[in-house]
Amino acid sequence: MGRERLERYSLTGPENQAAVAAGLAGGDWFRSAVPRKRMKELMRRSDYPAVRDTVIWIGLILAFAGLGSALWVVWHSWWAVPFLLAYGILYGSTSDSRWHESGHGTAFKTRWIDESLYQVASFMIMRDPTTWRWSHTRHHTDTLVVGRDPEIAVMRPARLAKLLANLIGLVDVPQAFVSMFRHASGRLTAGEADYVPDAERPKVYRTARIHLAIYAVTIAAAIGFRSWLPVVLIGGPRFYGACLFYVYGFTQHAGLGENVLDHRLNTRTVKMCRLNRFLYWNMNYHVEHHMFPMVPYYRLPELHEEISRDCAPVYPSLWAAYKEIIPAVLHQLRDQEYYVRRELLPGAAPFNEPTPLSDGRALPLPATTAA
Amino acid sequence: MAQWIAACATDDVDAEDVIPFEHDGRDYAIYRSPDDVYYASDGHCTHEKTLLCDGLVMGGVIECPKHNGRFDYTSGKALGAPVLVDVRTYPTKVIDDTVYIEIDG
Repeated sequence: MGRERLERYSLTGPENQAAVAAGLAGGDWFRSAVPRKRMKELMRRSDYPAVRDTVIWIGLILAFAGLGSALWVVWHSWWAVPFLLAYGILYGSTSDSRWHESGHGTAFKTRWIDESLYQVASFMIMRDPTTWRWSHTRHHTDTLVVGRDPEIAVMRPARLAKLLANLIGLVDVPQAFVSMFRHASGRLTAGEADYVPDAERPKVYRTARIHLAIYAVTIAAAIGFRSWLPVVLIGGPRFYGACLFYVYGFTQHAGLGENVLDHRLNTRTVKMCRLNRFLYWNMNYHVEHHMFPMVPYYRLPELHEEISRDCAPVYPSLWAAYKEIIPAVLHQLRDQEYYVRRELLPGAAPFNEPTPLSDGRALPLPATTAA
Repeated sequence: MAQWIAACATDDVDAEDVIPFEHDGRDYAIYRSPDDVYYASDGHCTHEKTLLCDGLVMGGVIECPKHNGRFDYTSGKALGAPVLVDVRTYPTKVIDDTVYIEIDG
């Protein structure tokens, strides 16, 4: 029964056509009214904040890697563990937010810096840069539209074992390698073929071969030096350093409405401390990001102030978000119609619910609306 | 048959910005470059039907507000994923502080 329900999330199944026929695909999403002059200020790019943050980020990665490696190789000390763990979290978790921001092209004013970070972060997080650019484009077009959005992390019912195993990359990493081998052999999945244009596919195949070559050299080095260190430094962090990636990521949409055209119904903004906001590059302002993806991460707090009157109250902490997410996801194991419906502040623009297509439940769309 | 249509006053568009213009049920985007040259294109992104006038103008580039697809608005050339199809551009001229665009009649 659970498997049948999860099949509805397939991009090649009937829900895709049903969503198109129901007007949910490429729909007209709610956006708060922000004066053009103010929006131009918020969209304006500068290299300085992202270069500063990236220099600190790379500096920390190199420092932790250097110290951890030295402690391991020279002194054979267990003190290498905390340094390598910190390295691993920066590599295996925070590369996600760098991938995300540079993928949108908003982090830097200078394009080549942005694209360079995108390529590096894609390798670190084990995503093909081309496939995932198109996947994320679709995610923004059809956020949490069942059968259309390829990036719904927590489905109804949730695949709890997979979600938990992924805290140490046990599902995503093997899948990433299967994907790399598939791409390297010149093939896409049917789902990928739904959103990756023909002209872009040679890039997918070429990048997979490059990534596999780097991993092959890493493994050869590990064998040659009879040491785990090369694997601990390259690829391995996607296992042992991945937990924060998912802890942050699940807050974005889990337990909220599906098949709606209003990001205030399917997305969370969560207040985080300065450290977490650095590690996550302000993606905790996720409603704001989805509503106005042109705004660079370092202007999202200002955008939040600009539109907060239209939104539901923010979650004051990660803890507060998970106090809602965990019970909601558990509830959805037995009741897939359940979802968390946010309450807007008094005076906010009403939810964008142009037709009674959906009230946020993950029910199959009426068969009569399918093409 | 092509015809020149008055689209806006020169002051209606800030330097390095874009405004919408609608004529005969079609949407256009009118750009003013940093050096005060005016350009015009179709109003919608070629990737998905998003109005470009809500996007960001940087130098000679317009960036779509939905997926950050980028076009050279002086030529209409698509500058990379997710926009792969050029946007159509139109000739412009300025007469007496009015911007005209040449469109098919």
